Amino acid sequence: MTKGLLFSITFHAVMILLTILTLPFMLRDPIDLPPILSVELIQISDKTNIPFAPKARKVIEKVKKEEKRVVSEQAPPSAKAKEKPDRIPLPNEKKDKKKLVEKKQNPEEVKPEIRQSSEFEKKEIIDTNQIAALIDKAKEEAALEQNTADKLTQSSVKNSFVTGLTLSQEDALRAQIFGCWSVPLGLPYDTNLLVRIKLNLKKDGTVLKSEILDHERMNKPGQKFYKILAESALRAVRLCQPLKVPPTGYDKWKELQLNFNPTEMLRG
Amino acid sequence: MKIFFFIFFFIFFQFNAANSLIKVDITRGNLDPLPIAVSPLHVDPNSQSLKDLKIKGLGDKISEIIENNFKGTGLFNPLPKDAFVQNPDIAHLKPRFEDWRLIKAQALVTGKILVKDDKLKIEFRLWDLTASKEIMALAFTTTPSNWRRVAHIISDKIYERLTGEDGYFDTRIIYVSETGPKNRRVKKLGIMDQDGANTKYLTLGNELVLTPRFNPTNQLVTYLSYFRNLPRVYLLDIETGVQEVVGNFPGMTFAPRFSPDGKKIIMSFAKDGNSDIYTMDIETRVVERITEHSSIDTSPSYSPDGKYICFNSDRSGVQQIYVMKSDGTNVKRITFGSGLYGTPVWSPRGDLIAFTKVRKGRFYIGVMRADGSGERLLTENFYQEAPSWSPNGRVLVFYRETKSGANGEGFSAKLWSIDITGYNERKLSTETDASDPSWSSLLSK
Repeated sequence: MTKGLLFSITFHAVMILLTILTLPFMLRDPIDLPPILSVELIQISDKTNIPFAPKARKVIEKVKKEEKRVVSEQAPPSAKAKEKPDRIPLPNEKKDKKKLVEKKQNPEEVKPEIRQSSEFEKKEIIDTNQIAALIDKAKEEAALEQNTADKLTQSSVKNSFVTGLTLSQEDALRAQIFGCWSVPLGLPYDTNLLVRIKLNLKKDGTVLKSEILDHERMNKPGQKFYKILAESALRAVRLCQPLKVPPTGYDKWKELQLNFNPTEMLRG
Repeated sequence: MKIFFFIFFFIFFQFNAANSLIKVDITRGNLDPLPIAVSPLHVDPNSQSLKDLKIKGLGDKISEIIENNFKGTGLFNPLPKDAFVQNPDIAHLKPRFEDWRLIKAQALVTGKILVKDDKLKIEFRLWDLTASKEIMALAFTTTPSNWRRVAHIISDKIYERLTGEDGYFDTRIIYVSETGPKNRRVKKLGIMDQDGANTKYLTLGNELVLTPRFNPTNQLVTYLSYFRNLPRVYLLDIETGVQEVVGNFPGMTFAPRFSPDGKKIIMSFAKDGNSDIYTMDIETRVVERITEHSSIDTSPSYSPDGKYICFNSDRSGVQQIYVMKSDGTNVKRITFGSGLYGTPVWSPRGDLIAFTKVRKGRFYIGVMRADGSGERLLTENFYQEAPSWSPNGRVLVFYRETKSGANGEGFSAKLWSIDITGYNERKLSTETDASDPSWSSLLSK
């Protein structure tokens, strides 16, 4: 009896220990992972070894001249930097790139794009009556920016830890699909539309099989918008073939899930 | 016991492996127009010939109308026909998808026309070229003179299938047609298809006409004209041509508009320098006063659910936009920016209000949310006003006047459209100068 009990206790203890050590959701707060942040920094420096390096060099030299600061202070800009590698080689996309970055920092603020023709509006921004409002807005923007940066850092840490795709690899893939996906602009922005597509890939990045994970929703009555979004997502995947996948680690990415969510774009 | 351990470990690591599926969030895409190939519709050689209509070139004409409609949206990029790789008749049966993909097309429209027993039958198919499959096929039978409308209906169906939003091509625009020198303008009511075709005039031009508006069934039009030298709101039946003065008001009535159910007309009534908003039931002729204020309240427009009304008023000292419940209670000011705000119009989708803004002598057309937040100025010019929504709430039509010399030379008034993103501004083609446009709802709904 006691033997059995002892055995059971030992077994359970081992199981609990294993669970704590291996299950991703049992991980501690991501702040406890500074070494992973530094790994991300190395990858960013890899990215800067491209045609526009002279600019980047100046920045790096400046940074070097300053006293070396805590790693985490450099981490947030990684969200901006990661947009660059895929877009720099395409000169036509330079302007778009800037816009996209702005949107990312403050998704609700698209006014600059729309007001492009109006000089008056720019002047109006300096209107004294609105200064107070602007200060408040600035605070909100800063908070939003911080939020987005935080989110990005956390998700990237999680992703690289859990899945094995590095930030740059994930970004390369994401940027490629951004370019292929024509978002159907007539979709309602206040409905939660998320299309999850599971892909089986070949080593060269071509798609062996694509499967919509909630495909039963496609033909349900009243799900017209979901169907249109799903079709546009599938079109994007087919157009993008072969996908930009890492040269190594095929076992990790041979199955891939893409979550298409246009809400942010549709809200403008 | 060992086996038990092994099984447990196996299940455990399997679970972990499943959990490690790479997930990538795609939250952005491009806004480039979708490349679409509209093949000329194939005319069946067995078609009978008609007196008034050349059947031979009809397939090309219909595909041109569809292409023009798409071009105007800014969401599609119709590809040039010289690049097409397959004859219309074969493409309609089974396109060679890989060849069409070579010219970078993502969607393909094919069709067939047959005239038999004096009836015109038009069928079309929409192909998804990346998925190599047909995604839509429809056929219409009608009288041959209706061929333009069928082209617009096909455009609407394709637009809806690819964007998820209702189209706006099978619609009409009513406007004030203007001719003659600036100080002696002749103004008539004109009506045309949204692409500028089929223009007709509904009044003779003896009296000045202003602000025509469709009712929801597009059968009636309400507008302002002069009755015994006094501006009064009129009601006109487009089919019968019968017109009548609305209500027996002891003063001037103006800025009329229908309620969303089409049962009431909402308008301003001015007396002794004060104007307030009134409604009149078209059936019972019962008049109801909605606002009661010493300021000038005008340009009322219902929300699509009929529960709210937006209007402009100078009760704060400057002309601004207000929203109230449809019974006149709970009046709230929604604009606080510098300048004057006027002609508010509620979007058919209910989410936005379009308006004209005047600031420092310049005119802007803009949109904002129904609570006044998120103001976006879409276009700025010397003089422009009177926005009217397309039935799907994506495009605005308005009119723009040019600066004229001392004797009115160089003056012109034209209709323009712009979509709510502020892009894709374009001039609409009208036979004469035009102002005060109003967009109908979809004719085929």
